[in-house]
Order: sequence, then C-alpha cells, then structure tokens
Amino acid sequence: MRYATRIAVGPVQFRIGSDWRAPIAAIERLYAGYPRDDARPADAAVRLFAARPWRRWLRPSVHIGGDFTVPDALPLPLSMGLLAAEMGMNLQVALGWRRHLLLHASAVARDGRALVMSGESGSGKSTLAALLGEEGWRLMGDEFTLVDPVSGDALAFPRAVSLKNAAIGEVAERVAPERLGPLLARTPKGDIRHLIPRAEAIAAMHEPARPALILFPRFGGAAAVEPMGEGEAFVRLTEASTNYVALGEAGFATLARLVRETPAFAVSYPDSASGRALVEGLWAEAVR
Amino acid sequence: MADPLYRAAPPAALRVEPLGELTLIFDRRSMQTHVVAPPIPQILDAMGDDICSAAAIAERLSVAFDIGRAGDAASIIAERLDELAALGLVAAA
Repeated sequence: MRYATRIAVGPVQFRIGSDWRAPIAAIERLYAGYPRDDARPADAAVRLFAARPWRRWLRPSVHIGGDFTVPDALPLPLSMGLLAAEMGMNLQVALGWRRHLLLHASAVARDGRALVMSGESGSGKSTLAALLGEEGWRLMGDEFTLVDPVSGDALAFPRAVSLKNAAIGEVAERVAPERLGPLLARTPKGDIRHLIPRAEAIAAMHEPARPALILFPRFGGAAAVEPMGEGEAFVRLTEASTNYVALGEAGFATLARLVRETPAFAVSYPDSASGRALVEGLWAEAVR
Repeated sequence: MADPLYRAAPPAALRVEPLGELTLIFDRRSMQTHVVAPPIPQILDAMGDDICSAAAIAERLSVAFDIGRAGDAASIIAERLDELAALGLVAAA
C-alpha cells in the first residue's frame, strides 16, 4: 500500500495500509502516545483501498479490507477515512483474535481490579467508561475487553474511544482539546469524535486486572439495579463475545470461571451522573 | 411396545459446570454449549454408564429425590430423554 503505519493497542499489533495519506496521518495523530515496536510482526492487517484506481482522486471512497472482510460493507467517503480505519481494526480483532476470549464490552480498572460493562450500541457502556476514565479509573477499553483463558484476568484494549452524538459534548467539556480527534459529522453511526485515553491508561495497557464486577448497563429509564444470575450472565456474555465459538472448550471454561467468580448486575440509569453513582455504589460492595 | 433405551454420552465427551441454578454442558464432540436446568443434570447423573429406560431412571431418582408418583415421573423423564437425544447428550441404545 502507498501509505502504512503500525500501532499497538493492548496485545494487538496492527498494520494499517491505505491508498491515501489522510487516514494514516489521522491514525498516527490519535495513536502518537502509544508505544511502538515496528519490529514486532503484525497480528492484524487493515487495508483501506480505493474501489477503482481512478477513485483515489475522483470522489474517493474507502473500502475496508484486511485478513477478514465483510462483503456487503458499504464504502465510506474519504472524509471518513479515520472511521474506516477504526472499523477495520475492530473487524480484524473481532473476527481474527484467538489468544483471549473477546468480549464486546468496555472496561475500567481501579487498584488492579476490573469493572467490565457489556451492552449493545447505545447502552452507554462506552460513555460511562470514558467518563470513569477521567475520574480516577484506568480506562481499559471502550469497545473490547479480552479475558485471558489461563489467568482469568481482563486485558486492556484501550483504542481511542469512539464518542458518539451527545457523549461528544459531555466528554469534551472535561478534557483538554488536544485529546480529541476531528469531528466526523453524519457518519452512518451519527456524529463521532475520538478521545485519546489518558497517558496513564496507555502506559498501563499491558497490565492485567482481575475482574471484580460485571455490569450490563442500559441508558434511559429510572435508576435501577437488578442482580443477574450466573447462568443469564453466561448466556449474555456468549452473545457479547465474537470468538466464543471459535475458542471451543477454552472459551467455555474461561467464561464459566468469569461469571462464577464475578458478581453481575443489570443497571438502568437516566443520565451519566446517576450511572456513575450506581457504578461507584456497586463497586464499593464488590471489592469490600 | 418396550420403553426406549438410552445411553448417556461418555463422561470424557462432556465438560459439566454447575452455575447457580443452571448447569452448563460443553460437548467436546459437537463443540456446542448447552445450558440446562433441573432435572437434566440429575437424569444424566442417574444414567451413569448404563443403558437405561425412563422407568429405570425414575426408579433411581426416587431414591435420592422426592419425585412423586414414579409413573408420572417416568413420562416426564421420557420426554426429557427424547430432547436430550435430539441434542446429542444421550443416544438410543
């Protein structure tokens, strides 16, 4: 590819190639503070390529490729090249990673223990993790959490946080402007702006944390906390894992251990402040 | 017609993890995960390595559990055995 870069997010080393300079420059800016080891082989390759050679100049549109591809994914306009790169990174990890159980969940840590939050898009897991990451917690990741089959520990995947719509303003007023990427307006997922995690979170990205609490957040509705049985938590986390089936018995054993050792709750909250208060209350109980 | 006879999957084929009120069963042959509730784990336990009919399993379970009239229990167990056979956790013998 004409332009390429390498970045390491948690245990995953990415090689990102592109027909254009702009998405690579944007990625390099967001990930400038991440440790680099260019000699290490890439675990996942992401390619952003033009649909036809001339499309590199004429109404350029970005196709996402790599070791795994989604055949019906729509190309994105070049102005959204950064989003395309992020989607490509997510795709390669979601479909290709085998070393750990991969949960579609955000996570934050405190005192070496992890809070894992699993939910669909719109559940608020990403925003809650981003806000907690500014308030004394270590952000481990806003999208994926890896669980080590041997130790049972959670491992961080602290990619740049993908803030969406209302969350952009809420987080932007708390952080220095240089920690925010460009506003990507009206993408297929709405408005998006990336947040660079705090330097301490990036520096600690290889430090595992023992899961202490699992939450299934739901944004909207009155504040409520519902304890969740181990069986239901297990089933919901198999649905939230992109590689549970591929891992076979290792995935089964890892997830059974996780839900047996970690209390789980479904929580609803009307706004971020009450969400954070619920989290702090449940955390105090969980680590007592 | 004689009661159908079944044999449980060999113990080495299954990994069983009790989880609260439910039990997880990972079948190493199919790589499938089954989430089951009572009386499924108890039925599999009662079968052991033997070839069993529903009536024989009801008889064994009645020793350990208060399962009411053996005839009613046997018909319920027969339905569960049919479902377990469809999942591959027991096989017709």
